[in-house]
Amino acid sequence: MQKVLLTGNEAIARGAFESGVGVGAGYPGTPSTEILENFVNYPGIYAEWAPNEKVALEVGFGASLAGARALVTMKHVGLNVAADPFMTMSYTGVNGGLVVISADDPGMYSSQNEQDNRFYARFAKIPMLEPGDSQEAKDYLKEAYLISEQFDTPVLFRLTTRLSHTRTPVLLGEDSSGPVARDFQKNISKFVMLPGYARKRHLAVEERRLRLQEYAETSGLNQTVWGNRSIGIIASGVIFNFAREALGDDASYLKLGLTYPLPIQLISDFASQVERLIVVEELEPFLEDQIKAAGIAVEGKSLFPRVGELDPVLIEQGVRGASRFEANYQIPDGLPGRPPIMCPGCPHRSVFYVLHKLKARVTGDIGCYTLGAMPPFEAMDACLCMGASIGASLGMEKARGSEFARRLVAVIGDSTFVHSGITGLIDHIYNKSTGTIIILDNRTTAMTGHQDHPATGLTLSGREAPKLDLAALVRSLGVRSVRTIDPYDLKATEQAIREEMDREELSVIITSRPCVMISKERLLNEITHQDQCTGCKKCLRLGCPALYLAGDRVRRDEELCNNCAVCEQVCPQVKGETAENE
Amino acid sequence: MIRETRTIMLDGVGGQGIIMASKILIDGLIQADYDVKSSEVHGMAQRGGSVITQLRYGDRVYSSLVGEGAVDVLFAMEKLEAMRYAHFLKKDGLLLMNEMEIPPASVLTGESSYPGDINERLGALPVKFFPIAAEAKARELGNVRVMNVIMAGALIKLIGLADDLDWSAVVTAAVKPQYKELNLEAFRSGMELVRHSRPQVLVCNR
Repeated sequence: MQKVLLTGNEAIARGAFESGVGVGAGYPGTPSTEILENFVNYPGIYAEWAPNEKVALEVGFGASLAGARALVTMKHVGLNVAADPFMTMSYTGVNGGLVVISADDPGMYSSQNEQDNRFYARFAKIPMLEPGDSQEAKDYLKEAYLISEQFDTPVLFRLTTRLSHTRTPVLLGEDSSGPVARDFQKNISKFVMLPGYARKRHLAVEERRLRLQEYAETSGLNQTVWGNRSIGIIASGVIFNFAREALGDDASYLKLGLTYPLPIQLISDFASQVERLIVVEELEPFLEDQIKAAGIAVEGKSLFPRVGELDPVLIEQGVRGASRFEANYQIPDGLPGRPPIMCPGCPHRSVFYVLHKLKARVTGDIGCYTLGAMPPFEAMDACLCMGASIGASLGMEKARGSEFARRLVAVIGDSTFVHSGITGLIDHIYNKSTGTIIILDNRTTAMTGHQDHPATGLTLSGREAPKLDLAALVRSLGVRSVRTIDPYDLKATEQAIREEMDREELSVIITSRPCVMISKERLLNEITHQDQCTGCKKCLRLGCPALYLAGDRVRRDEELCNNCAVCEQVCPQVKGETAENE
Repeated sequence: MIRETRTIMLDGVGGQGIIMASKILIDGLIQADYDVKSSEVHGMAQRGGSVITQLRYGDRVYSSLVGEGAVDVLFAMEKLEAMRYAHFLKKDGLLLMNEMEIPPASVLTGESSYPGDINERLGALPVKFFPIAAEAKARELGNVRVMNVIMAGALIKLIGLADDLDWSAVVTAAVKPQYKELNLEAFRSGMELVRHSRPQVLVCNR
């Protein structure tokens, strides 16, 4: 058998293939995205990007109902979107095995919060597995399908960024001989959740919970590693590896691969054989609280931070009071930061330049364009979750009236609009707003690494698909003022935004330009302003990384520049104006 | 003999080819039969921001990352980023730095200034400091993008792994066929840049 180095996400895709998964669905979200991107390359399977996580899980539900094994992937906040089907699928159970991947992001490398999705397992009474490296990711996933089918339940498979994006060696298993499929059998009382049937299913869920608890006590997913017994560590996922790194053989370990339901007897036995029992877990005291509730004395969050990622140094400091390692010097104060920025030629740039100039109040959304909140634009007043820009702008208008709405704009990307902006827009129409909504259509899901979606005309497998026409969709919903503009045309962009903000009627502006990272078109604009620069620095207000100050003149880095030529359109010299002071 | 676990931290600015450099290192280390774990950062952090990855190798590696003060080698593709993460290095750790300045946005717009004394300040730290002109060398070779491979060559030489396996085969496998010769030359010239330095004995983790 072949040994290869895989990321956690690649290993999960491989595990799904080896398990005979027939249908995979998800919505892109860091750190989960590469699971389906890899899974789609295996033979004989179907995989898709769904418009959002709720639909993805419903597709998974249907696939399971029909008898296939299903894989549904999302980032942690995606499970909030999919929580509705998730909670009730606990009641219906499965036909073919179903695994929901929740990729959490402690430390918030690319997320708006760091919620701990382990609570969803307990909330829904669904068993949860947490692998610690790529090998386990693959192997546990196969185990997850067995549990799903044996116990008639969806399984929550929880990852963190450090599992998803860490490469570790994996011994591959046998190729699948094709997707496994059970027969579809009509079973109304199990799958139609009318109250009368749901009441019976809730009893089945409770009975299942007890059987799972019994299973957890003896499952090979939970393992004890004996070392020095003065310290006993309970940990799961990558945190077990961090703890092992920090403490080596100076401690004994109870490594939990199945973290819901908890094997309380196993934990109690382990506790009785060590002097000091410590739970090491990232974020919330999920294990600690349950262990304490079972009457077992244990330390935990009193020793470790409840916020952000753990690492071996933090663990050693928590357990021993000090680490062998400590920074030998301080990072000097006042180092210029290097936050992420919009790329050179990013089609979002001109929109935020204009919104800043017009002093608009902006409800924002999730995507690269959230960077519009950063200097030099600072043209965003809120960003909450996928799709929220649109509902939030309606709420602001209803609170403050249509005069306030004259300066109010919601901005949302194309993929995010399809994900969960459409229903918000329907609310604007239904409840008569007069606001302005800008759909920043760069024809991709850019921030997660350029995934296709229903409005790009391609599927996850690269096949052509009917291209959702955003302008036609918006019109059909009842928006009368809909215009599509080229954001590289600064004048047209400014004019459109001005006019639509002034209009006492709901309007939608679609700014249409492909993301410069995927665009094959290079604008071959002759950029001339460099020679004429008088040092007014007006172009620096674009925050373009290709423009820099050299002495008192602005220069353009030709290696970085993507020739969008927006800088020329703000340059008074090129425009033949005198520098104005705005 | 047990091979101690080592930690290499690679940092720089999104787009500088850190993932590629770490891929070359990982592929080679796997061939040399090490256990390897490497953690990357994706998503919003990639949009021109500061990027870090950690790569750990040894006979048995548990954690994919370590914390401040626990890194053996810092491989910095950019000077300001070298300064930003130098506190992750152990005392006497090895700091390999590309002599390249990429001004962040606040410097471009004149709101802050790029520190002018980075080499002096890093040179004064209790670490083995190796600033090399990888960017300049890459330009000399005709393609600035290969500076990551130059840095990788220098690193392999410095940490004493140059003779452990056929690195040119590793580099060849990691790059597109049409860029094979360019990258091989880049890798060799990286080794050449540190030819007068003896391989550095890394301090033990424990």
